[in-house]
Amino acid sequence: MENLYLTIVLAPLVGSIVAGFFGARIGRAGAHWVCILGVGLSAALSLSVVAGFLWGDLEPFNEAVYTWAVSDGVRFEIGFLVDRLTASMMAVVTFVSLMVHIYTIGYMADDDHNWPHESLAGRHSYQRFFSYISLFTFSMLMLVMSNNFLQLFFGWEAVGLVSYLLIGFWSTRESAIFANMKAFIVNRVGDFGFILGIAAIAAYFGSLDYAEVFAAAPGLADVEVALFGGVSLLTLIGVLLFIGAMGKSAQMPLHVWLPDSMEGPTPISALIHAATMVTAGIFMVARMSPLYELSETALSFILIVGATTAFLMGLIGLVQNDIKRVVAYSTLSQLGYMVAALGASAYAAGIFHLMTHAFFKALLFLAAGSVIIALHHNQDIRTMGGIRRYMPITWLTALIGSLALIGFPGFSGFFSKDAIIEAVGASHVFGATYAWVLLTVGVFVTALYSFRMYFLVFHGQPRMDEHARAHLHESPWVVTVPLILLAIPSIFIGWYAVEPMLFGDWLAGAIHVAHEHDTLAHMAEHYHGQWAFILHGMTMPPFFLAMGGLAVAAWVYWWLQRRNPDIDAELQRRAGPLAAILENKYGFDDFNQRVFAGGSRGIGQVLWQTGDRRLIDDGLVNGSARTVGQLAARVRHIQTGFLYHYAIAMIVGLIVLLTVFVTL
Amino acid sequence: MQFDVPLLTLVIWLPILGGVAVLASGDQAAELSKRLALAVAVAAFALSLPLWLAFDSSTAQMQFVERAPWIPGFGVEYHLGVDGISMPLILLTTFTTIFVILAGWEVIKQRPSHYMAAFLIMEGLMIGVFSALDAVLFYVFWEAMLIPMFIIIGVWGGPNRIYATIKFFLYTFFGSVFMLIALIYMGFKADSFSILAFHTLPLGMTEQILIFIAFLLAFAVKVPMWPVHTWLPDAHVEAPTGGSVILAAIMLKIGGYGFLRFSLPITPDASSQLDWLIIAMSLIAVVYIAFVALVQQDMKKLIAYSSIAHMGFVTLGFFIAFAIIQRADFDSGAVMGIQGGMVQMISHGFISGALFLCVGVLYDRLHSRQIADYGGVVNTMPVFGALMVFFAMANAGLPGTSGFVGEFLVILASFKADFWFAFLAATTLILGAAYTLWLVKRVVFGPVGNEGVAGLTDINLRERIVLGGLAAAVLIVGLWPAPLLEVMDATVQGLVQHIAMSKL
Repeated sequence: MENLYLTIVLAPLVGSIVAGFFGARIGRAGAHWVCILGVGLSAALSLSVVAGFLWGDLEPFNEAVYTWAVSDGVRFEIGFLVDRLTASMMAVVTFVSLMVHIYTIGYMADDDHNWPHESLAGRHSYQRFFSYISLFTFSMLMLVMSNNFLQLFFGWEAVGLVSYLLIGFWSTRESAIFANMKAFIVNRVGDFGFILGIAAIAAYFGSLDYAEVFAAAPGLADVEVALFGGVSLLTLIGVLLFIGAMGKSAQMPLHVWLPDSMEGPTPISALIHAATMVTAGIFMVARMSPLYELSETALSFILIVGATTAFLMGLIGLVQNDIKRVVAYSTLSQLGYMVAALGASAYAAGIFHLMTHAFFKALLFLAAGSVIIALHHNQDIRTMGGIRRYMPITWLTALIGSLALIGFPGFSGFFSKDAIIEAVGASHVFGATYAWVLLTVGVFVTALYSFRMYFLVFHGQPRMDEHARAHLHESPWVVTVPLILLAIPSIFIGWYAVEPMLFGDWLAGAIHVAHEHDTLAHMAEHYHGQWAFILHGMTMPPFFLAMGGLAVAAWVYWWLQRRNPDIDAELQRRAGPLAAILENKYGFDDFNQRVFAGGSRGIGQVLWQTGDRRLIDDGLVNGSARTVGQLAARVRHIQTGFLYHYAIAMIVGLIVLLTVFVTL
Repeated sequence: MQFDVPLLTLVIWLPILGGVAVLASGDQAAELSKRLALAVAVAAFALSLPLWLAFDSSTAQMQFVERAPWIPGFGVEYHLGVDGISMPLILLTTFTTIFVILAGWEVIKQRPSHYMAAFLIMEGLMIGVFSALDAVLFYVFWEAMLIPMFIIIGVWGGPNRIYATIKFFLYTFFGSVFMLIALIYMGFKADSFSILAFHTLPLGMTEQILIFIAFLLAFAVKVPMWPVHTWLPDAHVEAPTGGSVILAAIMLKIGGYGFLRFSLPITPDASSQLDWLIIAMSLIAVVYIAFVALVQQDMKKLIAYSSIAHMGFVTLGFFIAFAIIQRADFDSGAVMGIQGGMVQMISHGFISGALFLCVGVLYDRLHSRQIADYGGVVNTMPVFGALMVFFAMANAGLPGTSGFVGEFLVILASFKADFWFAFLAATTLILGAAYTLWLVKRVVFGPVGNEGVAGLTDINLRERIVLGGLAAAVLIVGLWPAPLLEVMDATVQGLVQHIAMSKL
């Protein structure tokens, strides 16, 4: 078994190493073949693991691979835990990654245009890109397959590294290298909390192994830590770990890096910044459910943060004009939904939405990318329009993705989002009502921004220049095939997975929910098959809100737009200050730039110029040197040049010092 | 396990005598003397390998011990030996010296044989510091070591080298005078200069405190700890690349080593009493210096400040041991802190050495260390760019690199001492990433900054071997630190047991 799992993890790594170190020698085709074969093998084996759990007699696997270090009685190990939760993540990660690998062949084919001619960094950028995305797949698999907190942190930081490298992939663009540094540092703010959480676990549990920690957790439920006037240990751990998740899964106020990460090439926006890496935080909290179930304060914190993010980020999506940024804010909002599910103890619903979202959001990003290459890297939806006639496959798949995103009945997103909203409605932790209202209203916002973009891009009159329109055509098959393959689960995965994931025992062994928090069990009592679920959903507010958003978007951006092409700008003008707040993204970026970035530099200057230079160097060091100099000028007269004078002085001095010492 | 050959003597004296031979070979046949120097460095490394391979990691006892009378009248001996604390540092020394010799191969035009000889002699002296078990012998090596470094900065250094050398010399000399007094005092009291005898020497509290402060002055300057750190940025800026590498990779470690060999075991009660002082100084180093590093315009100064911040983890790891021992609710954690500090020393040797070499690579080409003079280096030097990003990530403590291991263990251990210690220490995750990545952004990434950058050529084979070798070391320790922790385990356990017992 261990060999199977090692193969799944290492196959992408091998591809990455070969493409990275020998890319120049094996050429473009060599690089993409070795990476696609590696990830393809990994995907096939991951699906076989899922199949083994579904229909075979595969048992959860939990073993160490090697001992990383032993210190002070704590064993730090690298090892795998593969249960049904892990298997689901493995399948999603490797499948989306494989699709993105294939898609990249088309998307990065003319990457030479993105580099200055003389830049050597752009010479084999195609191979380097493949190396990075395979390395990402390896890191993400290490993260989800870990059986301990150390390796979790390894994977956590490794995906962050690859994200950093890929956001700044086009390193000659100032905006890209600003965005990647920002992403890394903001994530580090989250990791700051995360590592303190791990330290707390190591201190109180004496182990970083999941199984040992989970087993010991109930026994430590009453432990208090003398901080902030006494706080429960598990609340402290839960909140600290969740701060890490807030960084990686871009929850407010640590969300600011994700929109900027769109500076990276679109395939990685789909893979890393929508489908997989950003969901690591959701996975982590779900994995830690035995800990979170013991702290309602932590759950409540998670619920409020998630719902706030879901609503406020969705609103910003309404005023974005860059096709990728609309999808990015949509991702932020959907991550908020997943996080809110966790806070309501509906971990399974969070993971379910993670899975459906991975498919439809990767689809939306890749469809956006397909439009972007057709328009030669124009991303402004105001200059698009009418593209459905030129790119039928992209259009249809994007429509499927949008319907899944807004939760159109029957599509995958419908099942997962409905489950989340209902679970939050059934939750009783502090803030549940607040969260339920925001999430429900958020459904309207989601439908509005999604179909605003959809209509502006695919319908109406073409608004791009004549030259661009003349060259518009459907993307090559390496681009459209992944779109189609992602569209299929975007439609159907909800239908097939809703029962086992939410109400069955698929995640039973992996996720632990305390009886009094079990919002999904409450829903399970009323579950009578998919049809009944859909029909029930169609009587609930989220359905009407989604349809309302869709209708408003259609009315404004399809119907009115025909007569008045400037309707969007006009609306924003009329919205006035409200639109300005949204366009400023609530001022987070300005605030961070001024207070944190500017403030740190200011502190640094003061400490350096005043602390180091004036006080220590001028005051202490050179000051004492001056004093010594002045003293020496007087003492110089003692220097007679006779050796015996010196010898006597030394001996006397030594005796005096020793006497002082001895008598003390 | 004991060898018939006096291994430590060989490892100390081979480079010193080899250095003298290189010096004698002169600059007429510069190529020959460089090869001789490289051969000596490689031979010294080869000779040091058995120290690791034949090391018995099950005992805290000194190994490879050599003992002979030296100045019998005063009980001074030629007494050498290593344990799990000193042995890895000796290997770090022999390993790094090879790269320093290689790094100076083409760059040093002025008296290359003298340059190489100085480094070889210094190598021997530094190994002497790490293996001396006699206080007088230790002190001789300790002071002698300053001379080659003084010469290296003074002869091959930058324009402001005289100020830097004098500052360096006075600072370190100031510290070590007090140490000498303490050593002589204990030598007379114990009737022996054996450091091991000092460990068991009963000392009263006042004595301990005075001795502790005397040691602190010596070691804090060497590490360097805030606020006696300001010599380091100046020394680094003026030192030639090789000098910076040795300074950062090994010389600073001698301060850390001193705490473990002298302060902790000789004055456990004073250490326990004054641990708050060292912890405060360490945490100030981690936070304060990180902010200062952020605003540096000179690459070497930035890395120098980063070194001070990283060395803060070393002293923090060593001294939280006392805070943990005093706490009733945890019965372990002290060992982890000290081990973390040790790993941090080794790792910092690799990473800071590599970063100074990276700056050297750029300086050799454009003769500037100013960040503003670069930009977009990766466009003309892609291999170098990749390596520099790798070392930068290691400096930022990315898991999988050696930079993570020490910081991780120290943060974990300091949580047991006090939540706020861990809190302040963990800010390095943010601040360390900020100053390192901002450096990378301005130097490596971006469009080609100017004509000079446009004309750069990528690193050659020799430079690839140097940086690649260090990258491999960083990666191996990061992915599998178990062997390193294992060799020091028994020694550190023994040390913690020793310091937990009062001498009063």
